[in-house]
Amino acid sequence: MSELTLEPSSSLWKDAGHRLSRNRAAMVSVVALSLIIAACLILPAIPGLILNPDLQNLPNKNISPSAGHWFGTDHLGRDILSRVLSGGRISIAVGFITTLVSVTIGVCWGALSGYAGGKTDAFMMRIVDILYALPFLIVVILLGKTLEPLTAELTRIVVGWFSPAGSSSASINKTTAWVEPITTLVPLFIAIGALSWLTVSRIVRAQVQSVAKQEFVEAARSLGLGHFRILFRHILPNTLGPIIVYTTLTIPGIMLLEATLSFLGLGVKPPYSSWGILIDEGANRMLSNPWLLFFPTLFFATTLFALNFLGDGLRDALDPKSAKD
Amino acid sequence: MLKTLIGRFFQGILVLFVLFTVTFFLIKELPGGPFKSGEKAIPEHIRLKIEAYYGLDKPVQVQYYRALTNLLKGDPGLSLRLEGREVTEIISQAFPVSLQLGLVAMLIAISIGIPLGVIAAWKKNTLIDYSAMALAMIGICVPAFVIGPLLADQFGRRSNLLPAVGWDPTHPSSWFLPALTLGLATAAYLSRLTRAGMLEILSQDYIRTAKAKGVGSFRMLVRHSLRGGIIPAVAFIGPAFAGIISGSVVIESVFAMPGLGTHFIKSIEVGDSPVILGSVMLYGSLIIIANFLTDLLGLWLNPRLRASR
Repeated sequence: MSELTLEPSSSLWKDAGHRLSRNRAAMVSVVALSLIIAACLILPAIPGLILNPDLQNLPNKNISPSAGHWFGTDHLGRDILSRVLSGGRISIAVGFITTLVSVTIGVCWGALSGYAGGKTDAFMMRIVDILYALPFLIVVILLGKTLEPLTAELTRIVVGWFSPAGSSSASINKTTAWVEPITTLVPLFIAIGALSWLTVSRIVRAQVQSVAKQEFVEAARSLGLGHFRILFRHILPNTLGPIIVYTTLTIPGIMLLEATLSFLGLGVKPPYSSWGILIDEGANRMLSNPWLLFFPTLFFATTLFALNFLGDGLRDALDPKSAKD
Repeated sequence: MLKTLIGRFFQGILVLFVLFTVTFFLIKELPGGPFKSGEKAIPEHIRLKIEAYYGLDKPVQVQYYRALTNLLKGDPGLSLRLEGREVTEIISQAFPVSLQLGLVAMLIAISIGIPLGVIAAWKKNTLIDYSAMALAMIGICVPAFVIGPLLADQFGRRSNLLPAVGWDPTHPSSWFLPALTLGLATAAYLSRLTRAGMLEILSQDYIRTAKAKGVGSFRMLVRHSLRGGIIPAVAFIGPAFAGIISGSVVIESVFAMPGLGTHFIKSIEVGDSPVILGSVMLYGSLIIIANFLTDLLGLWLNPRLRASR
């Protein structure tokens, strides 16, 4: 029974996978993306392999790229390679987690709106219209700034979990050191996520509306399944294609937004760095030390390029129209 | 038609009201506050006096009502950061700079983006198409705060062609670099949308008919396809204008320009609520007007939309 129902959908994905694998730009993007993500996530985690990104070594300041420091050092003698890799962790985390927040809200909102129809639908979409008309960056800046106190609070709570009352101050400091980089990002996740789900919700709503009219949904309903089950088990899986495509195209936009906010001094705060902060620092010193700008920009732009090409490739691969040729 | 327009008008009012309320309460929650933080600590009794002077000691609902009525009268009051200066005065000095920057940027974006998209669609799957789209991808992926300093360095410092920083309303040469930087990303999006829209139109039967009748390629592109092909790009102009308005915050900081964005960022840092409220409402109204005009333009370009209403 379940095999029968799965057959057509798995062949759709197989077709799409086949089409995608013939798209050279998308395939190169997958490889580049995997390499960058793997390098940023794994290399800094191996002890002793790369230098501490915050380690200042003033005698070694402003070294141009060389055997000792592949990407050179900055004005405080910090190794740029390790800063690019650990900054990449933050940028990638912001991009993926915020997109997850935003796509989750958007999918739920759009699915409920499209499935409910009628007055509920009109009301929910009117809210989307209103949020669309807000000055996005301006409200994100305001919201992020307002949510900033949340960071200290969250850090305190999370550190409290891991170092219960009575722990030595050394262990508290140690916990804070790895908790804080994550909690400083939470206001950013919320602020961007809260305002960037609008387009997803519109896409999902349109998809749900068209799928909900099909016979298998009627069959599910006549079997007496509940609305929740019909919507999330039967309708939503059929709208996955556009959702995946849009997600792939949202991540680069959000990474760019994080970089812009960090550039304005409203995103990730030093000593934690992200690609946005590194690019900002590099742009200030690009005349004397161009490598400070070059390497972070190279990583950042390559990631964005790859995600965009992959998104475009996925759109072509999953588009039923392109199945004809 | 008229009904849609009136509906749009009331929706715009509603949006502005929501924007006002959200902004007002976000500002109230901003950490610090205009007289609580800062380099010089203000003694408690003096701070209370200052807050009373600006009406910050009143209950929140009274402040909300006062801010709303003040705004409706067109006078948001005094800045908390710049002592003794009216918000209207600050905005009327800074806003023309931002508006001029935004309009020139939009002009540059349209005059680069749309022709690039048309050419890419016309020369589909050739080297020209690929390079145009690669260029567009660079415009989307490289942030403005990288492109800005690079352009300023290349054209400003090295070849001394154009001023590298600053903004002089009387010298159009100083507009070019900031506006180009601001408009590039929008140009990139417009070119992609135009290309997709043109490809859709160029595959239609009536274009094949036109070709069969021997219409020249320029005439075919401009007279027969352009109007239909740029509909997606035109629909994007409203949101693009919103992006440009917000993006000017970044560009003003890159090129050290005395615009509204600069004031906005500084005001957010110290919680200068009248300036924040005033500028947010101004940004919001501009975006609503831009979206409205975009809708009108879309209706004019696409007769099918008119018929269906």
